[in-house]
Amino acid sequence: MIVSRRGLLQTAAGAVGIAATANTARADEPIRLGFLTVKTGPLAAGGIQMEQGMVLWLKLNGGKIAGREVKLIVADTAGSPATTRTKAQELVERDKVHLLLGPVAAFEALAISDYTNAQKIPVLGVAAAEDMCQRIASPWFVRATSSSGQCAHAIAHYAATELKYKRMTIIGDDFAFGHEQNGAFLRVFEDNGGKVVQKLWSPLNAPDYGTYISQIKSNVDAVFMSFAGSNGFRFTKAFNEYGLGGKIPLIGGMTAMDEAILQQTGDDALGIITANWYSAQVDNPANKEFVAGMQRDYKVDPGYYSGGPAVLGAVLEAALKTTGGNIDDRAALMHAIHANVVPNTVRGTLRFDEYGQATGNVFIRRVEKKGSRYINTVIKTYPDVSQFWTYNPKEFLANPVYSRDYPVARFLEA
Amino acid sequence: MQFWVIQSLNSLAMGGLLFMLSAGFSLIFGLLRIPNLAHGALFMLGAYLGATALANGLNFWLAALASGLAVGLLGVALEAILLRRLAGNEQAQVLVTLGVAFIIADLCLWGFGGDPMPLAAPRSLRPPVFLAGFAFPGWRLVVLGVALTTAASLWILLDRTRLGAMIRAGVDDRLMARSVGIRVSFLFSAVFFLGAFLAGFGGVIGGPILSAYPGLDAEMLPLALVVVILGGVGSLPGALVGSLIVGAIYNFGTALFPDLAYVVLFLPMVVVLAVKPTGLFGRVLR
Repeated sequence: MIVSRRGLLQTAAGAVGIAATANTARADEPIRLGFLTVKTGPLAAGGIQMEQGMVLWLKLNGGKIAGREVKLIVADTAGSPATTRTKAQELVERDKVHLLLGPVAAFEALAISDYTNAQKIPVLGVAAAEDMCQRIASPWFVRATSSSGQCAHAIAHYAATELKYKRMTIIGDDFAFGHEQNGAFLRVFEDNGGKVVQKLWSPLNAPDYGTYISQIKSNVDAVFMSFAGSNGFRFTKAFNEYGLGGKIPLIGGMTAMDEAILQQTGDDALGIITANWYSAQVDNPANKEFVAGMQRDYKVDPGYYSGGPAVLGAVLEAALKTTGGNIDDRAALMHAIHANVVPNTVRGTLRFDEYGQATGNVFIRRVEKKGSRYINTVIKTYPDVSQFWTYNPKEFLANPVYSRDYPVARFLEA
Repeated sequence: MQFWVIQSLNSLAMGGLLFMLSAGFSLIFGLLRIPNLAHGALFMLGAYLGATALANGLNFWLAALASGLAVGLLGVALEAILLRRLAGNEQAQVLVTLGVAFIIADLCLWGFGGDPMPLAAPRSLRPPVFLAGFAFPGWRLVVLGVALTTAASLWILLDRTRLGAMIRAGVDDRLMARSVGIRVSFLFSAVFFLGAFLAGFGGVIGGPILSAYPGLDAEMLPLALVVVILGGVGSLPGALVGSLIVGAIYNFGTALFPDLAYVVLFLPMVVVLAVKPTGLFGRVLR
């Protein structure tokens, strides 16, 4: 009876608002960091790497952010929006976390946004859905990595202006992340004189890519792929099986040739050019230390998923230094995050735009072999890339969000 | 012209892959009436075991047989320890096999990690074959050949041997088979072994096309269900014809009507269920 009454009281306190408990928090108690990731189910590969990145970043920083101890509370969302919602609520109301990091997937992030906004909980996200930092931007959500289109804009520009591709086929996973990357690619590629002559979509769980690869036009200059998870690896292997490797160049979006699948893809990956806000090869002291740590602790090179928390950690560190270690005044914390320029992250300098999206380096990388390992060598850096590319934000936001059919492809050939 | 030739070859190759996936499921479903929802997980486990064996330098065909054997023995254990107690209780069987599927999937994640593991086909069978000016992956033709060989072997086993006669007797009338002195419990173990062996073996044979990765189980299981429902429960020709039909529908469907990619696999199943609920080659089970 007593237990249930206490539970009831806790829930009530949570519902009334964390502000009450936050006021009583002392500066010498640890920062409670709620970490939403996926540790079970098909999305677990990325989620586990994300946790590795976070744990390592904390370890490299002595378990502290801006001099304060950190208590990391990890919750497994299982890649399910409903579970994510439950876990977020648990972290906020039971564990009284000061802020949330994650979750991995866009549909998970969208499932908790109304709740975290209502609770005024700062969320440092990694999920790439464009609109989370555009048309439905929230003052409580920031993304230090990139939107779906942010890196695709850059590689589209690179493909049109430096690789001089004129006619291309674009293919991607048939869900929002693929639609948004391919939409962004199409817009910038065609604005720079290229033509997308063929668009292909494969289901996220396509059992086989043979049927799609056989459809690729033999007279295109190159193929752009936006795949997530292990699909980039599977597509690339099939692309070579069908004898297209070496005949038609393959370029890709930010997760298509991630470090996590690079070693397994092996020789088939050589020469593939992709764009990402990160590469394990980025040459700065913070990244060198981080990569060495990942190789020592987990025997892998960090990539998209493990690199994200390292950037978030640096952002948080800078913000807490600005607020003098105060994490209880959440509005001040968010203000500091928005106002700061963070110079020393693993992806280099970054700052946030008014919608909460980071503006920073985007790297064009080419897969090369160094010794027995495959790496994403940085061949060009686009500095200070905005999520709006070079477009005017107001005009950009007046358009619909990138989708399967927007922008309209005007040069498709039958 | 080239489109039709290459998509036809794709269809046949995928049909072969689907047969390797669904033959075991069909056998177990047909004889034991157990809808073994762990079949996709056993297929994935086979792929993982094969990838591990290959990474340790084992010959591809030996790796495929060894994985099949290991998964087959696991199947026997599952049948003897869990499923035998639930004979006739289909609801419980569905739940238990689904639970086993989740357990196998998370054990694979724990043991093999979350990153995809490639399975390399034997070097000599890897390069593309050039046919009238276009390339077709050599391994896919091998998969088709293995599938046809497997189908023929199973047909001989089921149609021409004493064990096969007993199995057919069990499919047709379980009670009568028991009453004429067939040891149905042994038969059950043998069939479960064979079905699980085919799953593990198929996982390795299909590995160079699919590779092993978390989620492979959940992607493969519906395909096995579609093939078996289309072809008819417990029917070997049904599984083969069903596989080839589904392979063709998938390839031509997604190529000709790309917007229907998600439903194209399930439409034929719906049609067959509406017109002939027992499937193309199925009979009413007693």
